[in-house]
Amino acid sequence: MTDLRTRWRDFRHGMSQRWDRQPKATKIGLILVFVVFLYALPEKGFYEYLGLPLGEYIPLYTTRNDMATVLFQCGYYILLALGLNIVVGYAGLLDLGFFGFFAVGAYTVATLTSPTSKIFTEYNWLDSPWPWLVALPLAIALSLLAGVILGWPVLRLRGDYLAIVTLGFAEMIRIVAQQNDWIFNGDRGISQIAHPPGSSGGKPIFAFDAKPYYWLVLTVIIAMVFLIRNLVRSRVGRAWVAIREDEDAAELMGVPTYKFKLWAFAMGAGIGGFSGALWAGQANFVNSSTFRLEQSILVLAAVLLGGAGNIFGAILGGFLVIYVPEWLRSVGDVFGLPEQVRIAGEPYDVSATNLRYLFFGIILIVIMIFRPQGLWPNRRRAAELKDREKEAMVGV
Amino acid sequence: MQFNELIHGFPVLTVTGLTQGAIYALIALGYTLVYGVLRLINFAHSDVFMIGTFGAIWTWSAFGFDASSGRPSLGEAAGLIILAIVVAALLCGFFAMLVEVTAYRPLRARNAPPLAFLITAIGASFVLSEGMGAFTNRRQFGVPAMLPTDPIAKIGSWSITPLQLTTLAVAIIAMLGLDWFVQRTRFGRGIRAVAQDANTSALMGVNKNRVILLVFLIGGLMAGVAAVLSDMKAASTRFNVGFLIGLKAFAAAVLGGIGNLRGAALGGILLGLVENYGSALFGTNFRDFIGFLVLILLLMFRPTGLLGESLGRARA
Repeated sequence: MTDLRTRWRDFRHGMSQRWDRQPKATKIGLILVFVVFLYALPEKGFYEYLGLPLGEYIPLYTTRNDMATVLFQCGYYILLALGLNIVVGYAGLLDLGFFGFFAVGAYTVATLTSPTSKIFTEYNWLDSPWPWLVALPLAIALSLLAGVILGWPVLRLRGDYLAIVTLGFAEMIRIVAQQNDWIFNGDRGISQIAHPPGSSGGKPIFAFDAKPYYWLVLTVIIAMVFLIRNLVRSRVGRAWVAIREDEDAAELMGVPTYKFKLWAFAMGAGIGGFSGALWAGQANFVNSSTFRLEQSILVLAAVLLGGAGNIFGAILGGFLVIYVPEWLRSVGDVFGLPEQVRIAGEPYDVSATNLRYLFFGIILIVIMIFRPQGLWPNRRRAAELKDREKEAMVGV
Repeated sequence: MQFNELIHGFPVLTVTGLTQGAIYALIALGYTLVYGVLRLINFAHSDVFMIGTFGAIWTWSAFGFDASSGRPSLGEAAGLIILAIVVAALLCGFFAMLVEVTAYRPLRARNAPPLAFLITAIGASFVLSEGMGAFTNRRQFGVPAMLPTDPIAKIGSWSITPLQLTTLAVAIIAMLGLDWFVQRTRFGRGIRAVAQDANTSALMGVNKNRVILLVFLIGGLMAGVAAVLSDMKAASTRFNVGFLIGLKAFAAAVLGGIGNLRGAALGGILLGLVENYGSALFGTNFRDFIGFLVLILLLMFRPTGLLGESLGRARA
């Protein structure tokens, strides 16, 4: 076991050194190939081209659900994870209600662009629905504002208190959305939300097929990676890391910690709202039961599983938390596992679909026990944690 | 704003609020104990509670009582409730310890960062609730009626039902028992010592891991008691029943000052009352909204909760 682990570590170390030694052109080329691969993922033709047998089992391909839909889901979760990574990973603030900002973004787009929303049918505040592209900046701005409004009082709290307050905030947003006679129409929800613009050959690009949405969200993610990468290498990013490591020391060194924490919170919220707006554009329908608290927790799990404080870790985590449960659904088909067993006359559903979150929970625990720093941690943070492991421990 | 409703319903609202609050308080004790010792939000605690609600139902069905059967006589009911409490408490205690041994202890041994514990807690919570979901086919289970729910002991417009009276009595006994245990016994001293400074107490000869296991056990026992009471109050249970009630209980623990036992009890009862008054004032739709609003407002003015954090310091 230890032998295997040291060998794995050597292998990884060797690979990363080899990567560092490549000339810049090769690096960019390899990254481009990988990006093309990502764009090709939902295309069935791509798998045919690779010579994989279609129809039966295809590795990577989710057979129970449309692959493009699953990938789009992964996409907006990755965006959420990127946003939360700023808050949790860089600034070190524990936010358990991040999905609330997603809801703000989604509902802003929904109420403004749908002709069935109460703004037009009851209140007559506006004459005609907005196009999606116009509502998008407002959705981002409003979630950013929600981040500031929530962050302004609660960022004076520390650690776990912050956690419960943000959790409460997400729950409050959900309850407001639940009110049937209010603007968000509760359970009945808002339908006919506008799709993103664009048409090819007379037909709109963004309709019910999930593929173009996946390509859109992938593009957004790539843009966001560049943006966040530059941000964390700037003065702002260094201030965040300083706050995460030691808030008091940072304050003494002249970092206005409160201001930068608020910044991180608002930035994260804005990205969360962006993700919500994208999702609403695809889903065409939102109602209050879309926003469950479990989802906030899933996003947090994504960030920490991937490795807090690393952009690519967050991407990996966001991908895994959606993809693994979906993929587990098709695993049952592959191995021909039974869907049902009868115990004492009562039928029990043992399909992978039913048990996927059970397995997912086990996977979370196992990964955290063997890689408490996450799957793909930030180098600097990994070093900090390694240091921690060496610290003298008593009575364990 | 329906002030009328609040004023007219005040006695009833107070009594139901107290009973609901007592249940929150019992669960909150589990959160606060673990937090006090490990500085860890034990997310799986709500699902440990959920298992207890099933434990009680299974106990009763073993004696032939289900949702459709008639109410047993008062003596029988007393026996059945005590038995259910014992079974549910032991079941919860067992699962709480199982969570500690499988999900937290291996991480402590590696001195993992605090956020890693949060993830294994989430994982454990998934495993418990989804495992139970698969085991029970995600069905809703009715709870057999145990105690009469017509009001007795009327004083003016104040009255209380036997069910509420029992809930309050059981909760108070459990809390007093816990307080005695932590304040007066050798084990309790161990818990307070580890809460105050884990490493120093380990150097002084306290078996740290045993104390932590004990803390999970006690938290589980309290959750088991709460599970039986909540079963009788809610009249049904499901595999995901723990989530919301656990969330409220955690809020209650924070309200009173997390890590502080008496704070958790106070916070639970306050949250139950505030929720009930609030839902009369603003409509039942806003029941959960008000609880969190009060919590946020309170934390802004008293950032460490009502009684402050201190499992280790001086009084528990």
